[in-house]
Amino acid sequence: MTRISLTVDGSKVADDVEPRMLLVQYLRERLGKTGTVIGCDTSNCGACTVHLDGTSVKSCNVLAVQADGSEVTTIEGLADTHDGDGLHPVQEAFRECHGLQCGFCTPGMVMQTAALLQENPKPSEDEIREGLEGNLCRCTGYHNIVKAVQHASGQAAGQTEGASA
Amino acid sequence: MTATQDAPASEIGRDRRRKEDQRLITGRTRWTDNLTVPGLLHLAMVRSPFAHATITSIDVEAAKESPNVVAVLTGTDLADLQGVCINAWPITPDQVAPTHLPMPTERVAFAGEIVACVVARTAAEARDAAELVDVEYDELPAVIGIKDALKDEVLAHPDLGTNKSALWVFDSAEAGTGGSADEAIEKARADGVVVEREFRQQRLIPAFMEPRSVVVDPTGEQITVWSATQIPHILRFALAATTGVPESKIRVIAPDVGGGFGGKLQQTPEEMIAFAVARLLSKPVKYTETRSESLVSAHHGRDQWQKLTLAAEKDGTVTGFKVELSADLGAYIAIVGGGVPVLGAFMFNAIYKFPAYHFACQTVLTNTTWTDAYRGAGRPEATFAIERMMDELAAEVGVDPMEIRRKNWITHEEFPFTTVAGLEYDSGNYEAATARAMEMFGYDELRAEQQRRRESNDPVQLGLGISTFTEMCGLAPSRVLGQLDYGAGGWEHASVRMLPTGKVEVVTGASAHGQGHETAFSQIVADRLGVPFEDVEILHGDTAIAPKGLDTYGSRSLVVGGEALVRAADKVIEKAKPIAAHLLEASMDDIKFHEGRFSVVGTDQGLGIGEIATATFAAHNLPDGVEPSIDADATFDPVNFNYPHGTHLCAMEVDTETGAVKMRKYACCDDIGNVINPLIVAGQVHGGLVQGIAQALWEEAVYDEAGTLVSGSFVDYLLPTTADTISFDVDHTTTPALTNTLGVKGVGEAGTIASTPAVVNAIVDAVRHLGVTDVQMPCTPERVWKAINGAGDGGPATQGAAMPHFEPDAEPGTSSTEGAGA
Repeated sequence: MTRISLTVDGSKVADDVEPRMLLVQYLRERLGKTGTVIGCDTSNCGACTVHLDGTSVKSCNVLAVQADGSEVTTIEGLADTHDGDGLHPVQEAFRECHGLQCGFCTPGMVMQTAALLQENPKPSEDEIREGLEGNLCRCTGYHNIVKAVQHASGQAAGQTEGASA
Repeated sequence: MTATQDAPASEIGRDRRRKEDQRLITGRTRWTDNLTVPGLLHLAMVRSPFAHATITSIDVEAAKESPNVVAVLTGTDLADLQGVCINAWPITPDQVAPTHLPMPTERVAFAGEIVACVVARTAAEARDAAELVDVEYDELPAVIGIKDALKDEVLAHPDLGTNKSALWVFDSAEAGTGGSADEAIEKARADGVVVEREFRQQRLIPAFMEPRSVVVDPTGEQITVWSATQIPHILRFALAATTGVPESKIRVIAPDVGGGFGGKLQQTPEEMIAFAVARLLSKPVKYTETRSESLVSAHHGRDQWQKLTLAAEKDGTVTGFKVELSADLGAYIAIVGGGVPVLGAFMFNAIYKFPAYHFACQTVLTNTTWTDAYRGAGRPEATFAIERMMDELAAEVGVDPMEIRRKNWITHEEFPFTTVAGLEYDSGNYEAATARAMEMFGYDELRAEQQRRRESNDPVQLGLGISTFTEMCGLAPSRVLGQLDYGAGGWEHASVRMLPTGKVEVVTGASAHGQGHETAFSQIVADRLGVPFEDVEILHGDTAIAPKGLDTYGSRSLVVGGEALVRAADKVIEKAKPIAAHLLEASMDDIKFHEGRFSVVGTDQGLGIGEIATATFAAHNLPDGVEPSIDADATFDPVNFNYPHGTHLCAMEVDTETGAVKMRKYACCDDIGNVINPLIVAGQVHGGLVQGIAQALWEEAVYDEAGTLVSGSFVDYLLPTTADTISFDVDHTTTPALTNTLGVKGVGEAGTIASTPAVVNAIVDAVRHLGVTDVQMPCTPERVWKAINGAGDGGPATQGAAMPHFEPDAEPGTSSTEGAGA
């Protein structure tokens, strides 16, 4: 067992963990941060994406001990990282543009989008598609996810088929 | 959103943002794997690495000694507690079917089958110990692939004596719905056109994003089962029917469920084992699969060979169609199993006026993962077959492929139309949907560009693909299901409960797993009862809350479940009316209900339905003999299937030097009748399109000769990503369905059913001038390149693709997987 201390969604936490424990397991099993989910075992799907010291990572690809001393933000704490009330603009955009259906990939998609827009605030459609390539969705066909990212970045007004509002 | 709270003009047709989303975008979710209960133990499965083997011994001692292991159990330990996995649709009376024990004791029949399980205090400890279970196997020869299975040389289940499970036949001459397809073909051979092809429907994996998970808590009077399932009601029935536990002692809950696409329409061994272990140990247990386990053990879809013969007159008027299918069931017959290709049987004639039709499907058992429903279930296969064949016919006749369709389709004046398969299509307008799709697509301009590229010998050629599809959905009229020997009905149930505060609780037997029922159903009820959208709460997916239901699949929730809602809401109004009359001191005849208000005709007197609910709750002043309740239930059994249709157009660029393909444009116009929520509908279409496109271009479950699933992880099974896909042009025409009050049609499967042939037709169209007549799916660059370079002699597309025309000894074997994953 190894002692780790880190900040998760603004709270300081400390635990003894097995060195093999993955960050995603630590978040879910020890901290009850079940908003972050596990969709695969080969780091392909990106459903477990969180921010580690401001950078998006697949939390199934990081050991909990590697996060020692770091700051982790999950989907549950994302809204608190932006100035203003309520949802983070990326969360709001996913709802507005119907960028989710079953919602299982959504935590990862939202976290990856937030990181993408941090690096590139006005991405083109191609840049969005490249930037989200590591996150799988089986429901939306990605069409409205791309729209949501455009909407969140203040581009294209998030025009979505059938959406007039 | 400016509509007033108390008098929404019309909720139906409005692009409401979803009620579901707030919790999903903030991580406030209840996936089964998120749940825990005190004393919860964790399961890990020990799975066979062999496709076919006798289990000679299982040594569990080392595993039992592992830290925090509570028990290590084999099929012998579970004995009768484990129940059995059922096949609810024996398609013929003499169907050959193996018994499917969740955990067999003597023999395994596919790689991934469970032979033991470990119960431990944590999931990690259970998995560690599972590695220590020492199973000895005697390997048996395995049969992989349909064509080898048909030879009956190697048997998937030696005790059954054959791999052939059932032969299901429909013939329009025998059924009296049309002429003889054989005669039509014979005549066309003499003085018409005959097109013969054999297509492969490769095996796919549903690959819902949420891995399956189950928690069983046996403490308390009822055993509670939480499962990532599409079918809580059917699962409850199956658990009770096969374990002897009274149905009333079982509560099944499908909490948040992360996608299904048919893949969670199953009674799984994992659910049965968790149920048995919880009962045996009297402790709550959880099992959550890894993705690799999911890909190898959750049921697969498709997997057919389609031998097709289309007969036509010289001008392209189709005179008959003969379909000879063989379909791979896998090692066991799943809950719908052989019924999947039978669902397709009625759809090969599609939107066309074929005078003669013959369908035969031989199902076979193999030593592979079982197969069952995957989005579209039988209908994508049928649509692919006929839409590819119509393009081939057009090429034979030498006309534009849209022209050949126009010549043969049912015109809008001809509805209702009884098809050669015996179905009555109630409504449709193929001309209108096609015109709109062609306009959006820019069909003529793209044809002109194609011509320019041909003439300039551009290395990148352009192809246009058409798919004019219909489907039968809204499963299903119970009487028809009975005639087809399906084990259950197809009705749906709803309850509307008027709460004392005026809020409305709606209970549906449909079980959403991403579709947005909470939003769309709220819109329907809000309109019907004239109450605010926000005041309607939709409850579902828990057999204790929604005691009656047949769950969600087959594009049924809206067209069957939605109609049940309408009927329950109407009953509420009828029950409230005498109470309103009494309170308003008026005659029943003078009471009119409009937009949520009961009013006395000719006066300004009236009461809102919420006020009636409050008065009914108090029950201080009700008419004599009237019960103090205006709640109502309805169970709706549809009289007919439901027939959405549409025209899908796809433009593909094919690099003739490398075989690489690129989607240039995709436009579709679906007619799904009246639309409840256009935002949700567009989302269903987009997602459906990509699943169908993925079959055409990327996905295939590949087995090696030993029966190992080679594409057993997301590294090898190619789900499309954002970078692989494009944005789509989606629109609708509206021809209301005539068989439900709302005039709605199903949309959940439409995109998947339609898109696959549009893509392949486009690829073939791009290189047809080079002699290519088919490319087997998935159309990898290697296959496309080989088709181009091997077709100089006009021969078959790729090795193992369109089997060289019906040679009985043709050996596809595992060649069907050639080039996959490239």
